[in-house]
Formats: sequence, C-alpha cells, structure tokens
Amino acid sequence: MATLKLDNVKKSFGKTDVIHGVSIDVNDGEFIVIVGPSGCGKSTLLRMVAGLETVTSGEVQIGGKVVNDVEPMDRDIAMVFQNYALYPHMSVFDNMAYGLKIAKVSKDEISERVQTAAKLLQLEPYLQRKPRELSGGQRQRVAMGRAIVRKPAVFLFDEPLSNLDAKLRVQMRLEIKALQRELGVTSLYVTHDQVEAMTLADRMIVMNAGVADQIGAPLDVYANPATEFVAGFIGSPPTNFIDASLVDGQSGRIGVRPEHIELSDTGRITATVGYAEALGAETLVHLRASDGSQITVRQDAALPIPGEGETRGLSWADENIMRFDASGLRQ
Amino acid sequence: MEKRVTFKGIWLPLLLVLPQILITAVFFFYPAGQAIWQSLFIPDPFGLSMQWVGLGNFEFLLSDPFYRASFLTTAIFSILVTVVSMGVALYLAVLADRLIKGSGTYRTLLIWPYAVAPAVAGVLWLFMFNTRVGVVSWYLGQLGYDWNHVLNEGEAMGLVVVASAWGRISYNFLFFLAGLQAIPKSVIEAAAIDGARFWTRFRTIVWPLLSPTTFFLLVVNIIYAFFETFGVIHTITSGGPQQATTILVYKVYSDGFVGQDLGSSAAQSVILLVIVSILTVVQFKYIERRVHY
Amino acid sequence: MAERNGMVEKRGSGLWLTHLGLIIGVAFIFFPIWLAFIASTVDQQDIVRPPMPLLPGDKLFENYGRALVSGVNAPVATMLLNSLVMALGIAIGKIAISLLSAFAIVYFRFPGRKVFFWLIFLTLMLPVEVRIVPTFEVIANFGMLNSYSGLILPLIASATATFLFRQFFMTVPDELAEAARVDGARPMRFFFDILLPMSRTNIAALFVILFIYGWNQYLWPLLITTDPEMNTIVMGIKQMFPSGDDFAHWPTIMATSILAMIPPVIVVIGMQRLFIRGLVESEK
Repeated sequence: MATLKLDNVKKSFGKTDVIHGVSIDVNDGEFIVIVGPSGCGKSTLLRMVAGLETVTSGEVQIGGKVVNDVEPMDRDIAMVFQNYALYPHMSVFDNMAYGLKIAKVSKDEISERVQTAAKLLQLEPYLQRKPRELSGGQRQRVAMGRAIVRKPAVFLFDEPLSNLDAKLRVQMRLEIKALQRELGVTSLYVTHDQVEAMTLADRMIVMNAGVADQIGAPLDVYANPATEFVAGFIGSPPTNFIDASLVDGQSGRIGVRPEHIELSDTGRITATVGYAEALGAETLVHLRASDGSQITVRQDAALPIPGEGETRGLSWADENIMRFDASGLRQ
Repeated sequence: MEKRVTFKGIWLPLLLVLPQILITAVFFFYPAGQAIWQSLFIPDPFGLSMQWVGLGNFEFLLSDPFYRASFLTTAIFSILVTVVSMGVALYLAVLADRLIKGSGTYRTLLIWPYAVAPAVAGVLWLFMFNTRVGVVSWYLGQLGYDWNHVLNEGEAMGLVVVASAWGRISYNFLFFLAGLQAIPKSVIEAAAIDGARFWTRFRTIVWPLLSPTTFFLLVVNIIYAFFETFGVIHTITSGGPQQATTILVYKVYSDGFVGQDLGSSAAQSVILLVIVSILTVVQFKYIERRVHY
Repeated sequence: MAERNGMVEKRGSGLWLTHLGLIIGVAFIFFPIWLAFIASTVDQQDIVRPPMPLLPGDKLFENYGRALVSGVNAPVATMLLNSLVMALGIAIGKIAISLLSAFAIVYFRFPGRKVFFWLIFLTLMLPVEVRIVPTFEVIANFGMLNSYSGLILPLIASATATFLFRQFFMTVPDELAEAARVDGARPMRFFFDILLPMSRTNIAALFVILFIYGWNQYLWPLLITTDPEMNTIVMGIKQMFPSGDDFAHWPTIMATSILAMIPPVIVVIGMQRLFIRGLVESEK
C-alpha cells in the first residue's frame, strides 16, 4: 500500500511535447482513473509511472520515493495490459507465478498466493489451461491475477476492458471495483470510456492533448466541468453548446446538459425538431437551432414526442448554465 | 518498423551479435572481398607473383567466346528449368486444389523430391538414361531412337534440365497449392454463377490472383537454376559435351579448381555476385511490397 | 486443410480424371526413385544386361550391407555419419547464432545496429558457390580441410535465418516484453523464458529447411574433403563412379543413393506440417 505522487511530469518524443506537465497526489488506496480521447497522452502517463517510458522532466514518487530512474520490476507496481499480454506458452498458473519465480519466492508461497488469487477471481478450474483455451473474460481475470499475486503497492490498468464485448465489460467493471475495494491497493486506471471513468473512479483525471484539464471526483467533474472539453467529453449524450450571442448577446459559448433542457412553446431560443429516439425509459430529441448547431434534449418517456419539422422553444434554468470563454475555459 | 520496447545495455547486444559478425566476416565478407581483389590480377605461370591487370580479366571474359557461350547456356538452361518445373507444379497444384478430400495425401507423395539432393537426382536420372544400362535409353533404342547424351549436346541439355526441374517440382507445388488455397472460394463461386467455365475462371480469376506467387517462384527458381544445379550437372555431364551444359557456376569451378585460372575464376565470381545481387534486390522489392499488403 | 464447399468442384467422371492426372504426376515423381530402389536390390549382372527388371530382386541385404560396411572408397556408414554431423552442425549452429543476433537487433538499441542490419541484408541469398575459390583458400589457410568445422562454418555464414527470426520477433506483441519487464525479467531471462518457447514452431520449421540444405550440399564437400573418410554421402556417390561409368557397380551406387535420401525424406515427411508452414510463410 502506498501513495503515489506526480510532480509536474512532462514527456516529449524528440521535439514533440506529448505531456505538458501533470501533477497529482494520490492517497493510499485511492482509485484514480485517467480518461481522455485517444492520443491525449493518458497511456504515456501511465507507462511513465510503470517505468516503461522515461520521464522527460518532473518527478514520479511511489511510497514517498522518487522512482524516475528505477526499473519497472523494482517499483513495486503491477500492470494489466490492454491485450492482457499473457505468455501464450505458459499455463494460467505459470503466467501468474512467473514474476514470483523471478523474485525467487519459495515454491510453497507461490502456490499459496496463486491459489488465493485464483479463488478470488474464480479461476481455480482453469489453472492448468493455456491462455488460448480461455474466453476473453477469463483471460482478463488471469491478467488481473498476475497483478494481484505480486501484492504490489500500486496497480496500473491500461484500458483493460476495451477488448471485451459490451455486456462483459459492464460485469468486469463491477468486479474490478469490488476487487480494488477489497484489496485496498492504490490504483491508476486508463480508459477512453467516460462511463468506466465515472463508475470506477474515486477521482478522475480528464486529459486533453497532453494536459490534465481537470482532476476531481466524478460527480464534481460532471456538475462543474472546468473546460468546454471536459463538459463535452464527460456525459452521454454530450453537453449542448450554443453561441451565447444567440441566447443573451454575450460573447463565448454556453453549455447545457441534455437533461436540463425542456421543450416548450416559447423558450430562450427556438429550434427545429429533427428526429427523436425513443429509448423506452427516456426519449432523445435532436433539434437544429437557427444558427445550424445541433441540440439534444433528453426527456422523460412519458412526455409527448414532438413531430419532425416542428419548431419548439427550448428553456432551461439559470443554475444549469455553464459559460465558457473563447479559449474554452469556464467563466 | 521498430519495437516500442527495448532493453537497456550496449555490451550485451554486442556480445549477442558477435558470433554472427565473426563468422560472417571471416567466411563471407573476407572471401567476397578476396574474389573482387583477385579479379583484378593475373598470376604468373609459376604462381609466384600476381600481376595487376585492372579490369583486364573482365574485358577478356566478355570477349571470350567460351564465356559468352556459357552465358547463353545458362540463360537457356535456367529458362527451361523454371518453365518445366513451374509448369508441371502448377498443373499438379490445380488438380490437387480441385479435390475436396485427399489433396493432403498427394501433397505428402509429391513432397519427396524436395528432400533429394540435386546431385542424387542427377545420379538417378543418369542411371535411367545411361547409354549402356539405362532403362529409358534402352527402350528408346528399341523404338529406334539412339539416345546418347554423352555425345549429343541437345540430349545432354535436355537431361540436365529434366533432372533439375524434377527436383524442384515439390517446392513449386507447395507454393502454388498454398497460393490457390488462399484464393477465397466465394470469388470462384461468384464467377461460376456468372457462367464462367473452368478454363475461363482459371484465365480470368485464378491466374491473376496467383500472380504474386508466380512472380516469387520465378525469381527463386532462376536463382536455383543458376546456383544450386551444380550437383546435377557435375554428376550427369560434367559440363559436356563440348561445354554444352557448362553453366556459369560450373565454369567458375572448372576454371578455378580444374584449370587453376584464379584471376578469371575470381572475375567470374564477381559477375555472378552482381547477377545474384540484382535478383535479390528484385525479390526484396517484391517482399517489401507484400509486407505492406 | 479446411473442408471446403464443393459447389464448383468436379464430381463423377471429372473427379476421376483429376485423380488420374495426379497419379500420373506422382508416377513421374516416383519412377526415378523406384528404379533406383530396384537397382539396389538386384545383382550387377541384372543391370549390365538391359533391360533391367522393374520389380525388386533378392539382393537387398547384400547390397546395402556391402555399401554400408565397405562402400567403394569409404564405408557408406562413415559418409552417413559425416553428412549427419554436417547437416546438424549447419542447422543448429545457424539457428543458434541467428536467434541471438536477431534478439539483439530487435530488442536493443546499440551503436552499429543499423550497419549490422545492412550487413545482414548483404549476405542474404549469396550462395557459397559464388565465393567458392577465396573461401576455399581461407579454409585451407586455417588448416580446416577435411574437418567438420571446415564443412560447417562457411555454410552458416549467411543471415537468412537472422532475417527470418527478426521478422518473427517483430510480430511478437510489445506488451509481452513489457509484462516481462514488470514481472522482473532481465533481457536474457526474457529471451529464454518467453521468446524462445514462443519461437518453437519457427525454429522447428527452420531446422527442417536447414537440415535439408546442409545434407544436400555437394560442391563444398567435394572441394574440401579430399580424404574419403571425410566424404559426405551426397558427394561420395559421384566418387563411386570410376573414370568411365561402364564398370560402375550400380547396385552399390543405387543403394547409396537410396541411403542418401532416407534421412532428409524422414525429416521432411515427419515434420511435414511444420516444414510447409515454415517454408511457405518464411519465404513469402
């Protein structure tokens, strides 16, 4: 168990800067999710913590010790890879035991630790199988098991669920969360899926083009996005952005979440109804404002569904307005 | 194409490549360099000193009617070997590909000659066509045809071509069969539904889709015919009669080791080196292209 | 081979014609081998008075025994051993040095790496036949004539295998090396524990190809083994012919030819699946 600290960590490949300085203090046992679109630098950040990429400047500390120049094996971390990176020629048991064997842990202890992890992950019947004989979800668990048996100070997850189908992803998401609670190990988890980030994180880091736009608890981030990017990235369907000039004549843009807009006869602005998606519990109505921008309204399924081509007014409460300046910062 | 992950260290990798560097330097680059160097000299008749002649050896070679004849012989020989072995192999592969069951059995049977050394293949065919005891030559005699490859240049060439091509059929067959089986069945079926009969399908669909394999085999077979058929020729004809089957590689050997004409032999080596380099570059251009597919 | 939809396949008489065509092909392939086998089971007298019989005789054990024990210039058993040492030496030696250097150029960044890589390209496919005279001189200067090292070393001095292993290592996912690093494996540990076991099939396929290549060498042993005791079987056959082939002892020669074929045929047929995969995949 340990704390993790990033202090103004930067990374550049040659002359290209990919991480522009990220700082965070992670508490012992905390689950941190790094979320962002592909190419934002989130995996690079994780790999620097793992020691698989060198840190260009700044400091990475694990358990209070600077580990910038420490080999991955000596950092007291374990990592779960996107494609699991299981050794194809080894059995499930050997995959989990490999790191312990190298660390010269005694045979009895290896066996005991692997058995414990296997029990925790319901992998006991599969210990003698090869990875290719397992389903995607089982492979995922083996990768987790390999991390668990090492009893590391920090777990690192690099998009561990992205190779699973949607249903399994939801299930494994819950399992990972439960497991992390049970083991209480400080975790750093990278994903591009904002739902995963929202559900798993104690705190999340929203990355955009090598910059940590916002760090905070999921609901705080959702309610109070620091930038236009965060407001647009977190939440589904995404926040609607409307030119402020259209609404109240000010400069910049305002953002309103789909669930905060109501359709009415008159409103702050008017828009033409495009098509409506009735999802059962709710209905998504897509409209086009007079300046051509797309607006999505999320309303209860009990409300009437407007006809295509109708012009409706859109209204929302003042407290739901998020105002951003021309550079995308919250005002 | 580079790996993202690398291990640290300089001495370990250098140690790892050392065995290969040493062996390649001593037994590859040094001799190749020597061949180029020697090609610029001629030894005096007693072998005591070497005289610098610059490109004299090459000039002499290129104006030497025997060497030119050997060039022509090599060209004819290579083309014939390539065409015969690829033709037979393609014919067998197309037949085997038509089978739903049993193509594996034929493959196992047809793979044999790959394991037979060219020199042994030479002995087998020599035995069949031996002018005194050969079964085939005896039956030809009964039919009134007097087979004598020891004297007849055309028959000698024919025999070394067939013996060389025979040993190569397996290799070509395996590649053609793999190539044919890689063609999606749906394409063939679509053509069949469009009304194309077998021969039309083969001409308009199979053959074009097979062309990468064909081109690859063409290059590889020419290289084979140039260099690896030495054993066939040495066992059957020893380059005769009247040098009718003296291909370039055989001439390097006979001039260098039998005739002891080191300068000329070295110059011939250099010419072969250039030819094989060109063929290799052609092949790699092609492989590079494949990698990007 | 996968079961395939037979919609366009021939049925009935067409199927039999296909089989017939293939059987003719197989007969053409096997006829020379069959004749050699017959000749190795009959008496010299049956051969020198043509036409020779087309069915086996009763001298099989006699002929093979004579060839193996006494041969013509040297016992064929000795030549078989020489060939075996040469073929194994070439296959194992080349695979070993190629694995090491391919590992180095793929997984390390070291000074001279680019140069080394280009040297490898230069040696690709340049057969020993081309540099034969100077290579012979090198071997003679080292006193390696009539020795196993002389037979083996020049033939492992090319980098085809290095190139193939490099290609294979490039396809191994980066994450495996990273996982091994996180697990605490140092480079050589990763090489032996992960990379080598993963290369098993490639190694086996390459072994078959190189074994055949080594076994079937002709010109090189012809030049450097002047002592009949060091002859390999493939080059030794030709040495059995007297200057004119009229007095050649055909049953012995043909028994030797069959013996020369057996080991490579066993290797090729026995490891057929691996071999075909290795051949077709590696050379494409």
